[in-house]
Amino acid sequence: MKLSREEVLHIVLLARLGLTETEVNRLREQLSNILENFEVLQQVDTTDIPPTAQSIPLQNVMRRDDEVACSLPQSQILANAPQRKENFFRVRAVLE
Amino acid sequence: MIINQLTIHEAHRLLKAKELSSVELTKACLERICQVEPKVRALVTVTNELALSQARKADELMATGNTNPLTGIPVVIKDNMCTKGIPTTCSSRMLENFVPPYDAMVVEKLNGCGVVVAGKANMDEFAMGSSTEHSALFTTHNPWDLSRVPGGSSGGSAVAVAAGEAVYALGSDTGGSIRQPAGFCSVTGLKPTYGRVSRYGLVAFASSLDQIGPLTQDVTDCALVLNVIAGYDARDSTSVPYPTPDYTQCLTTDLNRLRIGVPKEYFVEGMQAEVEIAIKAAIRKLEELGATIDYEVSLPHTPYALAAYYIIAPSEASANLARYDGVKYGFSYSDADSMWEAMEKTRQYGFGAEVKRRIMLGTYALSAGYYDAWYLKAQKVRTLIRREFDQAFDKFDALVTPTSPTVPFKIGEKIDDPLQMYLSDVCTLPINIAGLPAISIPAGFADGLPIGMQIIGKPFSEETILNIAHAYQQATDWHKRRPDV
Repeated sequence: MKLSREEVLHIVLLARLGLTETEVNRLREQLSNILENFEVLQQVDTTDIPPTAQSIPLQNVMRRDDEVACSLPQSQILANAPQRKENFFRVRAVLE
Repeated sequence: MIINQLTIHEAHRLLKAKELSSVELTKACLERICQVEPKVRALVTVTNELALSQARKADELMATGNTNPLTGIPVVIKDNMCTKGIPTTCSSRMLENFVPPYDAMVVEKLNGCGVVVAGKANMDEFAMGSSTEHSALFTTHNPWDLSRVPGGSSGGSAVAVAAGEAVYALGSDTGGSIRQPAGFCSVTGLKPTYGRVSRYGLVAFASSLDQIGPLTQDVTDCALVLNVIAGYDARDSTSVPYPTPDYTQCLTTDLNRLRIGVPKEYFVEGMQAEVEIAIKAAIRKLEELGATIDYEVSLPHTPYALAAYYIIAPSEASANLARYDGVKYGFSYSDADSMWEAMEKTRQYGFGAEVKRRIMLGTYALSAGYYDAWYLKAQKVRTLIRREFDQAFDKFDALVTPTSPTVPFKIGEKIDDPLQMYLSDVCTLPINIAGLPAISIPAGFADGLPIGMQIIGKPFSEETILNIAHAYQQATDWHKRRPDV
């Protein structure tokens, strides 16, 4: 099984990864090779087997009480912001 | 007495008897760091001043008598656990300048005991790798042979303990990232049951698999650290509200009545002969200590675990790492013309090759048209693997395997072959898939290179595997050997 160039570029777009031409070609080879090896999964009979998403017997964990609690001050949250304006994260225009 | 080679329990006894101060112990570790760090490169950040001020406070605390066995003892923390005011890089360009505004739950708990933080440990970028060669900052070297890898992803943590830079360390384990480097560096490393230790403040890689645990010089130390970090935390919704025992109470040398299984699928072709010989000898030692051994255990879905893991973990990673968009924190590409270009370039320059590979693999497995065939299929295989372990644990108290099929490999040997690198986790990743606890302890050497034995337990049976590991260490001295670095 070899991924087509179009398939690789489609995944690149979904993942919003910028990749160079060299990276695209290398990843196409490597992912194809990895997936080919992982096709062994298709040999396993999983009829009527439910999927496992996590391994502990907890379900629908809710916050116990909806209590007001302290959160971090705005200044600390914004301290790592690449760009800020006043007390906001500065972002680029979403609509062009 | 070499101060920086003391265990936690030895150092605690001396601190309590006032034969040693935390400042002296801390200075010994910091001097050791200056001496060996140019060779091993285990640490991303060394927190000299913080460590000394914490040590002075710990000495004051010791004088009050209100102490924990960890009080005043230097620790190194893997650089994917948030430390308030101390950079937390995940060994990635993406987080190179990130300074967390809060502490991870485990760090909070350690600080509550008055510990001394000596530094933050190098790792594979975002914990994705088995050698630290995928660190975007630098590669850590194995103190037993500087031309070899220390294992990964918690390679820096394992080396810091093995080389005596700190008394113990914290690591995280998603597919073997505590146990495999513990095995490669001849230290003791425990991955607790999924849900046993809060993941609050641990930078997420694969949320259904990640678990924090200790890397120590012996099993007693492991139990002492687990006593502090284990327990329920409302801020991690996968944290389990079960009571935590005193893990030192189970440390006996009596293995009578314990039934241990040896799953044959873990002794596969491609395994190094010396590793198999050492592990078989270690199992005979457990038998001498009173355990009943069954060598004919079969877990037939084991050969599918690697593929299932490397679909599930990258899928979860691709979702978790979507947060790195250059807006809220982390690296941000500033010279773009549009929002999309900024985001794509941020991720292009912020992530390294292995992280990109896993994001691509995971995105593919989750994408429309492929979800059922890959992600859902892997989750179903996960069910079968878990069931198989559950059935084995109806008959056995623990399972024993090698930690890794080989001794530490050469730096550069597997870096261009992702599949070969993935295979070095083949003995450890099934345990994360099933969410079980497992410990790696030193079990011998081949030409001076460490061999680790893995002991796997039922969910929340850390006491049983600590007991077995402790009994083995009382009867052997592999864990007392030190690299000459």
